[in-house]
Amino acid sequence: MKNYKKNSALASAALVAFLITTGCHHKEAAAPPPPPPPAETAPAPTANITVTPNSIAPGQSAVLNWTTTNATDVSIDGIGAVETSGTKTVSPTETATYHLVARGDGGSTDATATLTVTQPPPPPAAPQQLTEAEFEQNVKPIFFDYDAYSVRPDAQAVISQDASFLQSHPDAKILIAGYCDDRGSSEYNLALGQNRANAAKTALTQAGIDASRIRTISYGKEKQFCTEQNESCWQQNRRAQFSLDQ
Amino acid sequence: MEASPNRCRKQAALLFSILFLATTLARAQDWVHTGTNLGAPKIRLAAADFKMVGNDAALSTAQLTFNQVLYADLTNAGIFDMVSKSLAPAVMPGSPQEINLSQWRSPPANAAMVAFGAINVQNGREIVYGWLFDAKNTQSPQVLGQQYNEAATPDTARHIAHEFADAIIARLGGIPGIAESKIYYISDRSGNKEVWEMDYDGANQHQVTHVSSICLSPRISPDGGRLAFDELNSHGSNIRIYSMSLHRMVSFPIHDGTDFSPAWAPDGNNLAFSSSRSGDPEIWISSASGFGLRRVTAYRGPDVSPVFNPKTGTQIAWISGRTGLPQVYIMESDGTNVQRMTDGGYATSPAWSPNGQFLAFAWARNYGPGAPGGQDIYVMDIASHRWIQLTHDIGRTDFPSWSPDGRHIIFQRTVGGHSEIWTMLADGTGQQALTKVGNSRMPNWSWK
Repeated sequence: MKNYKKNSALASAALVAFLITTGCHHKEAAAPPPPPPPAETAPAPTANITVTPNSIAPGQSAVLNWTTTNATDVSIDGIGAVETSGTKTVSPTETATYHLVARGDGGSTDATATLTVTQPPPPPAAPQQLTEAEFEQNVKPIFFDYDAYSVRPDAQAVISQDASFLQSHPDAKILIAGYCDDRGSSEYNLALGQNRANAAKTALTQAGIDASRIRTISYGKEKQFCTEQNESCWQQNRRAQFSLDQ
Repeated sequence: MEASPNRCRKQAALLFSILFLATTLARAQDWVHTGTNLGAPKIRLAAADFKMVGNDAALSTAQLTFNQVLYADLTNAGIFDMVSKSLAPAVMPGSPQEINLSQWRSPPANAAMVAFGAINVQNGREIVYGWLFDAKNTQSPQVLGQQYNEAATPDTARHIAHEFADAIIARLGGIPGIAESKIYYISDRSGNKEVWEMDYDGANQHQVTHVSSICLSPRISPDGGRLAFDELNSHGSNIRIYSMSLHRMVSFPIHDGTDFSPAWAPDGNNLAFSSSRSGDPEIWISSASGFGLRRVTAYRGPDVSPVFNPKTGTQIAWISGRTGLPQVYIMESDGTNVQRMTDGGYATSPAWSPNGQFLAFAWARNYGPGAPGGQDIYVMDIASHRWIQLTHDIGRTDFPSWSPDGRHIIFQRTVGGHSEIWTMLADGTGQQALTKVGNSRMPNWSWK
């Protein structure tokens, strides 16, 4: 009778082998060849613990379900002493492994169940939280020659890098503002700045950015990045500046 | 105002001789004076200090202002050889009975004409009697006799002086004066680039718009009722219209992108401006309320700064970068008959003279890093393409705008990154600053 019970328990344990510890496997493997001697002593405890579901998002909960046999003293790490079988609702904030130890007259055995807490919200939140500073750090301005609005070869490389960042942030809208140096006439420079913004937009769309994400404006020479009267300063001011269009 | 037939004949003879001399000199020497009397022999004119009548507390201030403004207006007109106050007889004739013309026509004054009169403040009214006498005509010397009676405000003396000066200039110069005209410009002295207004002589400067963004290119309508300008902010650049009578913005359609540099047609019914709504900035024309849009230019490169021929309304001068650096062009207002006017350099900001004959514009004839010369104001005769340079070595000058009488040009002068508005006669003489505070830019002279 005891043997039968033990055998049937072993059989059912084998059916759910995915949760049986190696120690248990060892006993199970060791048990059949010498049946008589262990039958004389107290039977070893068995333990099984599952968690349903085995993966949750933070804030959600899952149910632990455990059963043991031949155990007198059952505890789960982090929870403490528990009934020999039972259920408990848990709601960890990060991935947790529930380690159950069952002790009985025949020795001790253990079982574990792992509850994975997924962290999916942060990744989708990241692109939405793209800040102006982050944008400008990654999407560099391009610079133009004197009284010109064609995209220079050195600016093409910048455009490629800008475009790849923008492709990884498909929700970001882009404002391109054209700027001119302090020389020349205000009204003509408004047109020149517009043409620089237009040229930058064309280059970005050719690099794969959807034109509907892009808005262009011109500040002409009305806003200056650098106010000294020398070529390095003028070059700083002849640009198409990219910013996050809110 | 009344003049005998005899006096009329004399006036006609005088005017004829002035015009004849002007035309002769224009042909012989300087064509730019044609039609404006600049360069003609100047009439020797004395302006006596006006006599105070009455004893109102406000009178002495009013008299001082009146005398200063009248003298300045007549000097600024550019067609008079003014008798300096120190050479004029130290008398204040308050009426025809009190003037001794021989005192004025004799040395050292040597005046051909003398303006004089009386000013009174009484019961909240300011009353001025003003006369203009021909000092060498002993028989019937009166050329002008004017009476003004206006509510007394701190500005009234200045206003009446402008009116009387304009009457004298119209009578002796043949074209209405400009002393009552206004100048619109951009100033940053409030902290933002807003549109401001001032009198033609720089007096009475005050802020017009309060939009707290960047205002550019103010253009007053021909009737003075509406002000078109460009407002630039993070949403783009748009044409805005401010009503001078309602003292607020009135609606004008707003479009994504860059619309700027508006210009009124002389009938006030249409606006030309530059717009990037089709991509490349081109010249467009709409009704004064922003509808009925049509594109006038279609050529790669910036097209900006249109201005109508104020005489005909059927032609537009503008700036195009279609061949590289910006040049002045003219065309019919339907876009046909395009002619390039400048032959190189960097030319911007055309302004069409009121008589339709000339274009003023800013030009850096040798443009580029290290090139000699600067950006100066030039005037070109449209028919012959001949030009003269009006400013020399006074910093970067831009945005010329003609006075209603065509005798004056205001412009923006920039030295060391600091801009002020200056005025000069249309031959480049008589240059003087009108603004002294903050940065003042893009002046636009009213049409009358």
